Amino acid sequence: MENENNRRNFLRKSLYAMILAFIPPSFISGEKSKKVVEWIIGENYNPYDHYWSMGIDINKCIGCGRCADACKTENDVPREPFFFRTWVERYRIYQDGDVQIDSPNGAVNGFEKGTESKNIERSFFVPKICNHCDNPPCVQVCPVGATFKSEDGVILVDKNYCIGCRYCIQACPYGARYLHPETRTADKCTFCYHRLVQGKLPACVETCPTQARIFGELKKKASPLERFRRMNKINVLKPALNTEPKVYYANLDMEVK
Amino acid sequence: MEEIVQHLAPLLREISGYIYPNEIELHWGLLVVIYPYLTGLVAGAFILASLVKVFNVKELQPTYRMALLTALAFLIIAPLPLLAHLGHPEKSYEIFLTPNKSSAMAMFGFVYAWYLMAVLLLEIWFDYRRDLILWSKSEKGIKKWLHKILSLFSSDVSEKAVKFDKKAVRIITIIGIPSAFLLHGYVGFIFGSVKANPFWSSVLMPIVFLFSAIVSGIALILTFYVVITPLRKKEIDMPCLDKLASYLFYVMIVDFSLEALDFIHRVYESEESIQILSELVSGKLFVSLVVIQILIGMLIPLAAIALVKILKWPAQLRIQIYFLASILVQVGIFSTRWNVVIGGQLFSKSFMGLTVYKMSFFGLEGLLVSLTIMILPIVILSLLFKLLPPWDENRNPDIVK
Repeated sequence: MENENNRRNFLRKSLYAMILAFIPPSFISGEKSKKVVEWIIGENYNPYDHYWSMGIDINKCIGCGRCADACKTENDVPREPFFFRTWVERYRIYQDGDVQIDSPNGAVNGFEKGTESKNIERSFFVPKICNHCDNPPCVQVCPVGATFKSEDGVILVDKNYCIGCRYCIQACPYGARYLHPETRTADKCTFCYHRLVQGKLPACVETCPTQARIFGELKKKASPLERFRRMNKINVLKPALNTEPKVYYANLDMEVK
Repeated sequence: MEEIVQHLAPLLREISGYIYPNEIELHWGLLVVIYPYLTGLVAGAFILASLVKVFNVKELQPTYRMALLTALAFLIIAPLPLLAHLGHPEKSYEIFLTPNKSSAMAMFGFVYAWYLMAVLLLEIWFDYRRDLILWSKSEKGIKKWLHKILSLFSSDVSEKAVKFDKKAVRIITIIGIPSAFLLHGYVGFIFGSVKANPFWSSVLMPIVFLFSAIVSGIALILTFYVVITPLRKKEIDMPCLDKLASYLFYVMIVDFSLEALDFIHRVYESEESIQILSELVSGKLFVSLVVIQILIGMLIPLAAIALVKILKWPAQLRIQIYFLASILVQVGIFSTRWNVVIGGQLFSKSFMGLTVYKMSFFGLEGLLVSLTIMILPIVILSLLFKLLPPWDENRNPDIVK
């Protein structure tokens, strides 16, 4: 009888021990998510109320590169010319059919005047940025789920979680990701999420002198973005890949890759 | 940080055409070339071993245990290059703890663990169990205990138990074949499913990976057999060697046909990427793809083995030619992996330009670490040969027939 009690006691104690062993982590993670919720509510921001997206009017872009520069400053992107969250490309299509594309230092310092001997047929600038795809291949391939689509449609990377395998960089058809040389984790445009939660615009949009970049809600009729989509013929990059980009281009040329 | 910048800065000058500004850093380097090469050898060696057990190819019996141990030695090292290439190797366990179900790469841990635990170790254990027991009975000191521990203290060598061992080996091999296919086909899928990269994105990729894996596995065992047997002062078993060469030949024909099909399909469909890809293949990849992979690694060995078979040359000459052919095949398969992994990153996803890959010597992703990782399996294999001698003369004769 005593033996049986002992055994029962032992079993009960081990059960408690097991429960105790599992409580602290879940308690801590509860604390953590509470903090996040507090932060968001503190900023008076509810991600479920929004669905962000960007419009770019190629005809308005003058290639000054203020956006690429502002982005580097705002987001502490390394200044070296190998890491970009956004950049501007210059296209020059010549009369002989030749196509020249360049983006020296991502156009952070703008472009130098071309000195070509050939006659240009048409020329324009194309700002590039993460397309925050609705069907994002980068999120699909991340082995640990460190990169994810937030409720408001923004593709983000949790740098504390990312193991730096770079599969997402390979999977992005737009070259919008890089490995941050200091954190050794994947990094990319966040639509300046830290500004969004404060009701501000992304740095590149804010700084554009010609309003070539339009930012706003995708599913609200009154948003500037929806107006942009109503007023223009729009296109996305590489539509055949079915990534469903949420960066919409007006006046996109067939030569834009 | 500074190191990376110093590495990347000179590359800016070597770019031709236009690449996206983030594409200057090439992300999967030499280490990621080595990974599919190693797993390919594992899968190939295992398939060769299974020919003996499942398909009853008696001639290959002398290489059976050697092939199993080779597969094990290379499998143990296979995750190392992956681990070393991660930005944060210390967080790699997250792949096991919180795998993202939609990620092909997340399945790596499970495929690997399954293959190591449920297939290779089990098969080796069942195959060696009786020998382990009998060895430990006749030995003394550390070796006795090592063998005793490895046999997991089992002691039953009755006819019934040995019969069960044989049955278990057969069943595990039958499960093992699709598992080996899974292990390496899966590696091919990691590349083949990247739709952003037209050089990788192909349904044929897992199958091409698989057959090139079998080619490399057979070639490796052939090389080992030809080198090790004289070192042990034994005669090379010619029917076995001829059979190895024949299988190598057949699988190479399949592999070559698949690669040719992939090539013809791409050229015939002539999609958007064809221009940049043909520029790549006729330029930066010409030596490693056309010369090394196809000519030296495929056509010359194929022709050599065919000649040997047709002209029925004497044994000594056959051995030499098989040996040379198997070395060339190894070089060819390594450059196959190189061309897929590095070649697939040398062109911009804008399809408008080509970039470069510069290998460093020191550092985690350098040549030194890679060479070490390539040598490690051979060190492990030589230890395994000491611990679990795979040779026929070490087998305890069947008391019960």
